[in-house]
Amino acid sequence: MSTITAANAAHLEYVLRIADTSLILGQRLSEWCGHGPVIEEDIALTNVALDLIGQARLLLTHVGRLEGKGRDEDRLAFLRTEPQYRNLTIVELPNVDFARTILRNFLVAAWQRELWQKLASSTDTELAAIAGKALKETRYHLQHAADWTVRLGDGTEESHARMQKALDYLWPYTAEFFSATAEDAAVEAAGVGPAWATLESTWEAVVRPVLEVATLAVPARMPFLSRGKQGQHTESMGHLLTEMQYLQRTYPGGTW
Amino acid sequence: MTEVSRQWPLWEVFIRSKNGLDHKHCGSVHAPDAKLALSNARDVYTRRLEGVSIWVVRADNIVASDPDAKPEMFDPAEDKIYRHPTFYKLPDDVNHM
Repeated sequence: MSTITAANAAHLEYVLRIADTSLILGQRLSEWCGHGPVIEEDIALTNVALDLIGQARLLLTHVGRLEGKGRDEDRLAFLRTEPQYRNLTIVELPNVDFARTILRNFLVAAWQRELWQKLASSTDTELAAIAGKALKETRYHLQHAADWTVRLGDGTEESHARMQKALDYLWPYTAEFFSATAEDAAVEAAGVGPAWATLESTWEAVVRPVLEVATLAVPARMPFLSRGKQGQHTESMGHLLTEMQYLQRTYPGGTW
Repeated sequence: MTEVSRQWPLWEVFIRSKNGLDHKHCGSVHAPDAKLALSNARDVYTRRLEGVSIWVVRADNIVASDPDAKPEMFDPAEDKIYRHPTFYKLPDDVNHM
């Protein structure tokens, strides 16, 4: 692959957004290792983190091949600068507490599940295969997070208050799950994957009933739109990358 | 004993490693309810492809024999070797027993 055409560039960008979203959420969740509220949940959250990092590895390796510049998963994961990451903003936000962590997992997993289902029939057969594998993992992540969302939302006064606070904070960032991008038309035409706007109604149909059972009030949509998937990140991203990239920056090319 | 426990209840975990085999006890987890007990058991005990099916049961629902009663419970069986089929001599023309 010597030349990158416009269609290729859109394809690359599209896969990178998905890859980075898994990578950065995996990094965030790994912060729970050794800090879970109970040992069982500590293991559960790190299992989810490992699934996500596994998805990121496959997707970044694929991105490296599409790009054709010889970058492997490690170079892509650890040696880019902040604006070169294309993750959804919501995944870079700090964990804060178990409520926000669980609710974010729930909102993101519901979105990923819709996406993997569509990508399973992508014309990019490598992407389709990765989506097929990831779908099984994400189904479990969604179940786990939904179970907790209901228990905490419809739990004690304090757990309810924390979940409502988390939802009020996170909800505006979910607009980015579906916002249009310049690459939409090209990737749809090539059959690589759907424009994410098309996932919104099914996502809402999954998310809203669970939030309702959890007795949480869904905030109204606002004009606010985050743009992590276009490389515009929040202040949290730099801190996250500093920690994530520390080893590769300090010991370049180090392996284990 | 007036203090109320803040710990989640304990659940015993049984895993079947493959179809056709029995579920075997493999450990325990804490969880607030049955569904999360199953989910915790999956996360803690099947990370390395250990199983195809999980049972969980509240530990306090298991009725266990008293370890101190071992002598009267189990020792009397010790000298009754005639309870093993190998104790009996079979006629030569009985095959495949």
